[in-house]
Amino acid sequence: MVEYKSWENRIFDTVVLFILLLMTVICLLPLLNVLALSFSDKQAALAGEVGLWPVNFTWSSYEYLVADSRFFAAFWVSTKRVILGGGLNLILTLLMAFPLSLEKKEFPSRNRYMWLVVFTMLFNAGLVPWYFVIKYTGIMNTIWALVLPGAVPVFNVILLMNFFRGIPKALKEQASIDGVGALGLLFKIYVPLSLPAIATVTLFSVVGHWNNFFDGMLLINSPEKVPLQTYIQSLVVRISDLSQNNLTAEQLTEKMSQRTFNAAKIVVSAVPILAIYPFMQKYFVKGITLGSVKE
Amino acid sequence: MTKVKNKGVRRRIWTLPYHLMLLPGILFLLVYHIAPMFGSVIAFQDFVPAKGFFGSKWVGLENFKFMFQLPDTWSILSNTLIIAVSKIVFNLIFAVLFAVLLNELRHLWLKKAIQTIAYLPHFLSWVILATIFRDILDPSGLVNTVLMNLHLIQEPIFFLGDNSWFQGVIVATDVWKEFGYSAVMFIAALAGVNPELYEAAAIDGAGRLRRIWHITLTCIRPTIVLVATLNIANIFNAGFDQIFNLYSPVVYASGDVIDTYVYRAGFVSAQYSLATAVGLMKSIVSFLLIIVSYKLADRFAGYRIF
Repeated sequence: MVEYKSWENRIFDTVVLFILLLMTVICLLPLLNVLALSFSDKQAALAGEVGLWPVNFTWSSYEYLVADSRFFAAFWVSTKRVILGGGLNLILTLLMAFPLSLEKKEFPSRNRYMWLVVFTMLFNAGLVPWYFVIKYTGIMNTIWALVLPGAVPVFNVILLMNFFRGIPKALKEQASIDGVGALGLLFKIYVPLSLPAIATVTLFSVVGHWNNFFDGMLLINSPEKVPLQTYIQSLVVRISDLSQNNLTAEQLTEKMSQRTFNAAKIVVSAVPILAIYPFMQKYFVKGITLGSVKE
Repeated sequence: MTKVKNKGVRRRIWTLPYHLMLLPGILFLLVYHIAPMFGSVIAFQDFVPAKGFFGSKWVGLENFKFMFQLPDTWSILSNTLIIAVSKIVFNLIFAVLFAVLLNELRHLWLKKAIQTIAYLPHFLSWVILATIFRDILDPSGLVNTVLMNLHLIQEPIFFLGDNSWFQGVIVATDVWKEFGYSAVMFIAALAGVNPELYEAAAIDGAGRLRRIWHITLTCIRPTIVLVATLNIANIFNAGFDQIFNLYSPVVYASGDVIDTYVYRAGFVSAQYSLATAVGLMKSIVSFLLIIVSYKLADRFAGYRIF
């Protein structure tokens, strides 16, 4: 088309590109700043000289971090919870999504189960009773407190159930005739056909486990059992709760000199997310739009 | 007779594997989701943890009456609504703007790169992001340094410690984190638009802005309506993780919301029954709002989640 080359179009394209790049840059700036801080010299950070590029490049914050055993203990707790919690989430999501995806005539109780599942998603019991149920079940201050209460990710179950419903019925009928049982149907037919959807829900639950700080704060008392996000939260955020005005000069210097070290902790704690992000991006777009299938 | 009976038996055997598959998950839901719902009875008690959910003294609606007499109740409620509604509105505006602009871009690799960066903040935790924002929004932080050097301000602004700034900062940082991810639905909707529509409009002499208005926005209007409707359910969710990690006692007047209040009442001052009463009120209202929003979404957009 000729009109694509007109000056009006060029100006329009330039403006569009400019706004988009501005939005993108704004997204990146805070992240680049923390990265630059983590590689900067303490004094430069203290003087507020660090912008988007490290000043007096140094690895010292990371060397300091390597020697911090509490950081790695917390990192390990988080890794454990991701494996245990993510694994349990996945198994239960598969086991629940399959029977719930069946028609009422194949599985008459399906709707009753569905109501229960949906109700738990829609009605939140509230923080305090939730806390005491966990306390009364005796898993407080163990890794299980971070894994069992969220064992069933209801939203993921519904996502996968919707996906399973899109799988052609003929496949299932053929397999049933061949004498394949319920578990066989699920793992031999449904799972291989739903790998993108399964990847989506797994990534959602892994990210959720990794990023959760709140249950660690409430349910874990021993410092050595605390997950990473809770550890960082207790370290960085709670300390600066003391408002600026109430800090003595010494406390202020202490707080400020931690700046580069904290930046390094932030960077390392975000690395696992960044590592799986490319895989995630491949799938989550499908995952989100999956939830909105029309019946 | 026997025939009917046989049929019944066969049915039960057939569905048994399905029941067994659901059993472990249902048990977890019963213990950690349904039992706490019954535990909410402590809102009507003077709850003592050692006595369990049903052993404490019953006080009727005392906790609810007390809740409505608290001087902070109305400011907490209005903070919650103002923050939550502003987040919904601004996230929607920026997400649509982002999706529409992206749709105008013809370089595929650039499109991909921009999307990759814009989605990223959604996956980072508020603990990490709050740490970063606390640093750059500090009176001696990056933002104030830049504003001072440009002579836009004379005195540094204490963004997170000033009641006139706090709500704005909360909304802005939330939009910063979520606008890209919120745009996914719109981008997906735009992917389905027939490109011939644009060509036909161009031949008819419609300019770029007119094409955006008449084609792009018209095509994603159902999605906009859907997203807005589903968000009705969130007007009491101001975002606990974010506010909890960014606020401090200085800004309770503008930043304390229902969820943060419930946390402090329950776990800082151990007023378990009061905290449960406040939480229960929120749960009931939210439940009704979700039902309303799903009904509306079903009616206007044919959307059904299950």
